[in-house]
Amino acid sequence: MLTQIEGSKAVAEAVGLCRPEVVCAYPISPQTHIIEAVGAMVKAGRLGSCQFINVESEFAAMSVSIGASAMGARAYTATASQGLLFMAEAVYNAAGLGLPIVMTVANRAIGAPINIWNDHSDAMSVRDSGWIQLFAETNQEAADLHILAFRLAEELSVPVMVCVDGFVLTHAVERVDLPEQDQVDRFLPPFEPRQVLDPDEPVTIGAMVGPEAFTEVRYLAHALQLQALARIPSLATEFAAAFGRRSGGLVRPYRMEDAETVVLALGSVLGTVKDAVDSLREAGHRLGVLGVTTFRPFPAAAIADALSSARRVVVIEKAFSIGGHGILGADVALALGRSGRDGPRVHDVVAGLGGRPITEASLRRMLAEASEGRLPDFTFLDLDRGLVERELRRMDATRRSGPSAENLLRDLGVASTRIG
Amino acid sequence: MGHEPVKFYQVGSFAVGNRLLDRDERTVQSDSGRSNSLTSGHRACQGCGEALGARYALDAAMRAAAGRLVAANATGCLEVFSTPYPETSWQIPWLHSLFGNAPAVATGMAAALKAKGRTDVRVVAQAGDGGTVDIGFGALSGMFERNDDVLFICYDNEAYMNTGVQRSGATPPAARTATTEAIGDEPGNVFGQGKNVPMLAVAHEIPYVATASVAELHDLERKVERAMGLRGARYIHILVPCPLGWQAASCDTVRLARLAAETGLFPLFEAEHGRVVDVRPIRKRVPVEDYLRPQGRYKHLFGEHGRPDLVAAIQEIADGNIERFGLLAEAVEAGAR
Repeated sequence: MLTQIEGSKAVAEAVGLCRPEVVCAYPISPQTHIIEAVGAMVKAGRLGSCQFINVESEFAAMSVSIGASAMGARAYTATASQGLLFMAEAVYNAAGLGLPIVMTVANRAIGAPINIWNDHSDAMSVRDSGWIQLFAETNQEAADLHILAFRLAEELSVPVMVCVDGFVLTHAVERVDLPEQDQVDRFLPPFEPRQVLDPDEPVTIGAMVGPEAFTEVRYLAHALQLQALARIPSLATEFAAAFGRRSGGLVRPYRMEDAETVVLALGSVLGTVKDAVDSLREAGHRLGVLGVTTFRPFPAAAIADALSSARRVVVIEKAFSIGGHGILGADVALALGRSGRDGPRVHDVVAGLGGRPITEASLRRMLAEASEGRLPDFTFLDLDRGLVERELRRMDATRRSGPSAENLLRDLGVASTRIG
Repeated sequence: MGHEPVKFYQVGSFAVGNRLLDRDERTVQSDSGRSNSLTSGHRACQGCGEALGARYALDAAMRAAAGRLVAANATGCLEVFSTPYPETSWQIPWLHSLFGNAPAVATGMAAALKAKGRTDVRVVAQAGDGGTVDIGFGALSGMFERNDDVLFICYDNEAYMNTGVQRSGATPPAARTATTEAIGDEPGNVFGQGKNVPMLAVAHEIPYVATASVAELHDLERKVERAMGLRGARYIHILVPCPLGWQAASCDTVRLARLAAETGLFPLFEAEHGRVVDVRPIRKRVPVEDYLRPQGRYKHLFGEHGRPDLVAAIQEIADGNIERFGLLAEAVEAGAR
């Protein structure tokens, strides 16, 4: 059913259509509208006997999901940012125990300085946890990915994280085609857990494993991700057949035929990137876009194949490894390096941190530089160099611990001059 | 030589031998049909109070639940000694997730059962004192506050024994641990700290709270049975001496647990919905010194450079408990009238 709906509500509706049995959440911006909407559905009796639990922390939210999933219930939760970090121990644990929990991450920056706006540093912080990580480009995809996520999670007994850009998607009202209940029921069979806590057949789950088998256990988790890598494209095909549109999959090419420069990115920024590429193509630049829907497992082969005839790749990412490099960019470079071909040069562009808008104008400027061969390997889009250099000089002059954020804000004239 | 009457209290402890009782009054442990929830062959130390407590509590819970029980277990000694992969000592469905989340995991289990409309299966969660009073307390308080249908059992051995005897929020004053060494002016753990989680549980006004001891099997089993007869959040805090951490003889585990109660240092009580409703009376009050002396963790309090002042301070704590809970038999009887 076509509807004008807020991203969070679309996600909540999609989750509701998946008939979750236990939903628990702890509020954190910008995830709140999702859990509020699911909570209202449960309270209105729309989700049958589904249990909605208001817990005391994100750590508990994931832990309750672990208990529920181990008991054989379809479990869902949602979080963001600090919340994801606060539950990180349980995030790893859920993956280690092979519990097919689905979680929405309404992507948001991590403090300090505290910042409620969108970037991907939260999701990146748990990329090695053993969860499958899917990134939504639009609200339609945000809704659809949840239906795919439950199916994938339960088929492989592995947890799936659906990453939805905070505010940019969660709080944007867009046209979304919400599926019908019977469509979802046909696509997503009832949860048949691989192992369950049952008094009739007692099992011990979560035993201690020493050096004699730990490597093998970890390898098996990796093997499961590789299975997912093979399954995700066919599942996307099944989804398209069932719902009449494409969602999910590993990567999504856009105007890639003859492209010399390919822009690669995760999530909602792809919309702006496509607009920028469209207008640059009109100006004669040979540009294409490769959206990465599945970040973990990392589709190295699919990316290397898609980039095989490109001369350069510009990776736009809303997170980076401080003191190191781009995260997605490093994965892409490794994928290309291992493909054995003379691959394209990889440029890493950090953009949109803490909610800074990634404008089409800035993208056009940066991409024009790239296609003229003037873009450095590692840059920050729209970085205010003057502001940074003034603060660096101040830091040289006076030794002072603590955050420099207040100084920066004063320089920008957005904070009281009495601060600092 | 006349007729020799049967002595009920042959061990001098008021413990009643099962063979002298009617069959239906005997303990679950004395029944050959007990579930052996935590079966033999595990790797606990000799004289482990926690293994004893877990066995007693879970077998009693299993009987009360007609064998329909699932358990969430926090990280700790109990988890480590019972489940070195690929072995397990658990004969019940059992899940270990993390150190600090057993109450929340149990909430999830109970929620799943409720969603599936299953009322036959009951949920217990268990942890040591670290997993309960320190790292798991936020989750425990949340589980209490929501009144989730979980029986949480804390096996309190008064320190982090699994990691090598470090202080926890349940470590008593003056006790030596690896992080409260018996040195300086205030040897061992300092006075005036620590967390009384049974009373904090009472403050949550949950349906049932009890303290219990591995020295009082009938009492412990009765409390578990009582807890299992109720729904909602329930809490039982069992004192389980640790020969390793307390530096005590393995054969003294039950004796020390008994002395802890008889000194007044570990009051045995029950509470319902925020009110203390019953206490187990001290029949033979003993000075705290009798309890402290056999334990190496207190040895700095005695001998040539001993600290009678600190022993006296501990005695004050015991006396305070006795007064606060009305633990003396006379007081209990007076209260009953």
